[in-house]
Amino acid sequence: MWSDVKLEKNKAKQTPLKHSAALHEEAKDFCFLASLILSLQREIMLQNKANPTINKSTGLPRKRFYRARAHSNPLSDSHFPVPLSPSHVDYSLHYPQLFPSSYRSDGSKKIEFADIGCGFGGLLISLSTLFPETLMIGMELRDKVTEYVKERILGLRVANPGQYQNVSVVRTNSMKYIPNYFEKGQLSKMFFLFPDPHFKEKNHRRRVISPHLLDEYAYVLKVGGIIYTITDVEELGEWMKSCLQNHPMFESLSETELDADPVVKLLSTATEEGQKVARNGGQTFQAVYRRIKPASQENS
Amino acid sequence: MGVGREDCAVILVDEAGGASHNDSIRGIKYGANGKLFVSAGDDKLVKVWSTESWHCIATVCSEKRVSAVAISNDGLHVCFADKFGVVWVVDLPGVDETQAPLNKKAVPLLAHYCSIITSLEFSPDGHFIVSADRDFKIRVTVFPKKPLDGAHEVQSFCLGHTEFVSCLDFICTPDSPQGILVSGGGDSTVRMWDIISGSLLDTCAVGAKAQFESDTTEGNCSTVTDICTIPACTLIAVAIQSLRGIMLLSCDLSSRTLSVMKVVSIIGENFVPTSLGSSISGGLLWMVTGASKLRGSDISSLSRVKVISGFEKSSPDASEQEPAVLVDSEIPGGAKLLEKLQGSISVDEKVFLAAADAVKTAMCNLLIKKQYSDEKREFRKRTRNDRKSKH
Repeated sequence: MWSDVKLEKNKAKQTPLKHSAALHEEAKDFCFLASLILSLQREIMLQNKANPTINKSTGLPRKRFYRARAHSNPLSDSHFPVPLSPSHVDYSLHYPQLFPSSYRSDGSKKIEFADIGCGFGGLLISLSTLFPETLMIGMELRDKVTEYVKERILGLRVANPGQYQNVSVVRTNSMKYIPNYFEKGQLSKMFFLFPDPHFKEKNHRRRVISPHLLDEYAYVLKVGGIIYTITDVEELGEWMKSCLQNHPMFESLSETELDADPVVKLLSTATEEGQKVARNGGQTFQAVYRRIKPASQENS
Repeated sequence: MGVGREDCAVILVDEAGGASHNDSIRGIKYGANGKLFVSAGDDKLVKVWSTESWHCIATVCSEKRVSAVAISNDGLHVCFADKFGVVWVVDLPGVDETQAPLNKKAVPLLAHYCSIITSLEFSPDGHFIVSADRDFKIRVTVFPKKPLDGAHEVQSFCLGHTEFVSCLDFICTPDSPQGILVSGGGDSTVRMWDIISGSLLDTCAVGAKAQFESDTTEGNCSTVTDICTIPACTLIAVAIQSLRGIMLLSCDLSSRTLSVMKVVSIIGENFVPTSLGSSISGGLLWMVTGASKLRGSDISSLSRVKVISGFEKSSPDASEQEPAVLVDSEIPGGAKLLEKLQGSISVDEKVFLAAADAVKTAMCNLLIKKQYSDEKREFRKRTRNDRKSKH
């Protein structure tokens, strides 16, 4: 929970060993996992070859093996492979059942939803069944977390034949490589849920919502496409809202439109981060905006 | 690496008011009609000059070091890019000689996410501003009617380079007033683009060809350092690291392809051009090699200028005149001009090598991404501060 991060840091200065509620929650997770491990121990010992990072009964990955630090530096030089251009994105790797051959032919289905900084993938999983016909991808910078989501999707695909074929995840720095993955106007929804708040002013340029990056998001979003943001940090919520409000290519959704959109409800409930905030009774701040054609372009 | 290009017989910019440049110049450019000239570099000053009197008409302070500059085609705006990937814009007053130099404030126009911008160019019709960066990207942005509000509409991304993009230029002919973009990069290729769609039209692997021509093969140092299109014909001059001379590419506009026409070698001197510029009227290509500062070197004069002529006649009937390197006395302005540009008429041979080397190191340090092995990366992680405190 990001709103705790700042608290944590401030607390750490005075009483370094004090735990926050969030940490207690995590400890609870650990206890639960530990009991699960005990109950499954025999089973695992019987099958020595089995991957210990996978929960045997559900086939899903066990989070304790995929924990990673919350921060990741988006400015550092990347060392992972990046597709040369959107036409080089290998859909058969991401959606093997839907794209059996290596490269998709032109005009076939393209990815329409992008969850930027998908974390442990809670939203993607919920969206997958809500929009079974839509291709969606999560983008995450942290290697371990991406691995977790990958395993989670694979597990879900095995457990639910025919389902979850439309979701995938990729490890990338979306702040740098969005145009390498999506063509102009390809996306209809983009999600920025509980992003790293980067409290310090000198780190504001690392924020995933910034006036200049919105130009790129407007480029990959089709006219009418929607950008969803939510955070539990009030300061960041205001920042994201003002960035979107001041951008000529975005307009806010009306209250009735927000109520009618089933996705809006998922923002605070589907993600791990959102659930944590709800458990701790935290507040969330959301901003949902539509990509529009700016007034200056109308006559062209 | 301080690379300059001078393609005009009148030289020596005089310093009228305001602080003058006191560090390496990274970018210079003429405006579309030749009336304005802009220069900027490591001293974080962007200076706009009137080319009639060579008076400085505006000085803009940048927060960061400047890596590229451009003047809008209507001459009303100057854009400059800094090392943190932000392109800034400042509006210019009319060229008014009587006014004192203005100190203007720039506003951000667009940004590449924290990536060094290597080149900035306006499309010939003035509708787009094109920026190239170290992350292999070329971004084509609609240049808005009110640039001070920022440029938010991206027309396209030209993706295809597999290393940093070092230079941009437009081929502009009466048949294609919109212009065709050409770019050179660290992947030893020159590529041709349609900026409206961002699609790659053709790729010419000049590196392989250059290795073949210059018998000194020193590994993969065939980075394209500069390209320059020759006006009025569809030729592109390409400067390549370790090539003593330039490579001429011809562009077929109907089939939209690039092909190597010939290599013009410079015989007798170790001259590896680092910067190119073409004169608008005379059909001359000016080539410069040089470095403004060299560490651990006592050489004072570090530039050499050479000129190639004979482009106009080469395309219709090639037999009449071939592009050829002019001897120093044939250069317009002659020895006098050269003396001013170079500091002295004769330049020490080792200067060339030192300059070419300096450019190579500068490009390596700045633009090529560091590659760490997995083990090294793990090791760096282990020594991270936040990990230490936990264990």
